[in-house]
Amino acid sequence: MSDFLLNATDKLHSDFISYISPLAEATSVTLALAIVSLIVGLILAFLFTILESVSFKPISWLTSLFTLTIRALPELLIVVAIYNGLPLLLILLDDGFTIPLGFTSLTIQINISDFNVSPFLCGILALSLLYAVYASQTLRGALMAISPGQRQAAEVLGLSRARTFWRIIIPQMWRHALPGLSNQWLILLKDTALVSAIAINDLMMQTRGIIARTQQPFLWYFVALLIYLTISIISKKIIQRIEKRSLYFEQSQDSNH
Amino acid sequence: MNIELSHINYFYGPRQALDDVSLSYPLGETIVLLGKSGAGKSSLLKVFNLLEVPTSGSMTIANMQFDFTKKISQESIRDLRKNVGMVFQNYNLWPHLTVLENLIEAPCQVLKIGKKEAIEKAMSILKRLQIGEMADRYPIHLSGGQQQRVAIARALMMEPKILLFDEPTAALDPAITAQIAEIINELSQTGITQIIVTHEVDFARKVASEVIYMEQGKIVEQGQLDCFAHPKTEQFKSYLSH
Repeated sequence: MSDFLLNATDKLHSDFISYISPLAEATSVTLALAIVSLIVGLILAFLFTILESVSFKPISWLTSLFTLTIRALPELLIVVAIYNGLPLLLILLDDGFTIPLGFTSLTIQINISDFNVSPFLCGILALSLLYAVYASQTLRGALMAISPGQRQAAEVLGLSRARTFWRIIIPQMWRHALPGLSNQWLILLKDTALVSAIAINDLMMQTRGIIARTQQPFLWYFVALLIYLTISIISKKIIQRIEKRSLYFEQSQDSNH
Repeated sequence: MNIELSHINYFYGPRQALDDVSLSYPLGETIVLLGKSGAGKSSLLKVFNLLEVPTSGSMTIANMQFDFTKKISQESIRDLRKNVGMVFQNYNLWPHLTVLENLIEAPCQVLKIGKKEAIEKAMSILKRLQIGEMADRYPIHLSGGQQQRVAIARALMMEPKILLFDEPTAALDPAITAQIAEIINELSQTGITQIIVTHEVDFARKVASEVIYMEQGKIVEQGQLDCFAHPKTEQFKSYLSH
């Protein structure tokens, strides 16, 4: 009886050893996806926020319509649509097409040799887009939360609009934006699992592969759960630090001197 | 050199906030705008630095002329604001910058003076306003009266010819209000023109050299300090009595 138990734990032990490296690799794929998407997504989010607040109405309307459309669709659909739609778009560009503009016409044709799109790039594109459309709403709210007097004070002193934005508005925006942005970061982290649908070997897909071989779904899903949970807890800690730093000007001054 | 408004009309939505306002003063005065809330005194104040651009009328300030029936260029507004500083009712200090950073931001960026020079200038102004030791603090750690002084210092850094105050004592207790009145009197000796919106008659009495009383967007009474004792119009008399 004890021999059997010993054998069983031994086997489990060797299983773990042999699956640690593929799991670690998959975890790094998931993390890389999430972090790159976060960075690209934040840049896009700023872009959407700015486009949505320009005074030229057609641009702000189109941006609103675009972000609304993306938010209205299921995440999985976006991921699959980009993965399957991008090659079609490349083929279209390669063939060339003509846009009639009334008095003249615009022909677009780009020679493309490779129609195989990288699933990883598609994953990043989809995830950053998803992050950006939600984050842009958070940023918009954060911008509105700053009292108009802050901008007015800069205006009457003659500061340029660009300088006012970078020096006065952005530093004050983080405190309002960070709770929402960090919430969306956790959602982004979980959404990375969606890219297993487009053949990226992320943590979720790797876990399913291991389960197919070991027939131990509970054990390996539980391991995956622990990994996701660990990443979330660590990022929560990091975010708390950043949040505290973003409020540096409200902290007691005694510690600074 | 003087300040002149003629036939200024300004609409705030459908409501007429300023109704045919004309005035003319030499530079160097301390002009107090009195009136109930909604009388248009804050709107009038904001015309002087074009935070509010009137619908019609014209303005001459420090050799600059504006005709409001034509479009006013952003450049001329910027030029005007180099001469006209403003202290806001709730100060609008930038909370994420220290007092010193609040002060040197615009001089360094707009007037392009060196950082070292700006800091020296800032320190001398802060010392003059007796808040020199607050230079490295963030605004949130300052009392209301100290924040008000920082706001005044920030405006003075640009060496304006005209300084506008919007309700400078609205959030201050009487002792601090007296100190602000002292600062304003001290500044008026340097020859700077100050235009002050307030609804506190006592404060107005302490600082004014010229008084304007407004009701419903119109100037009802204009006069010098003695009009507090001898109001010419019934409206101003009744305003002073409560």
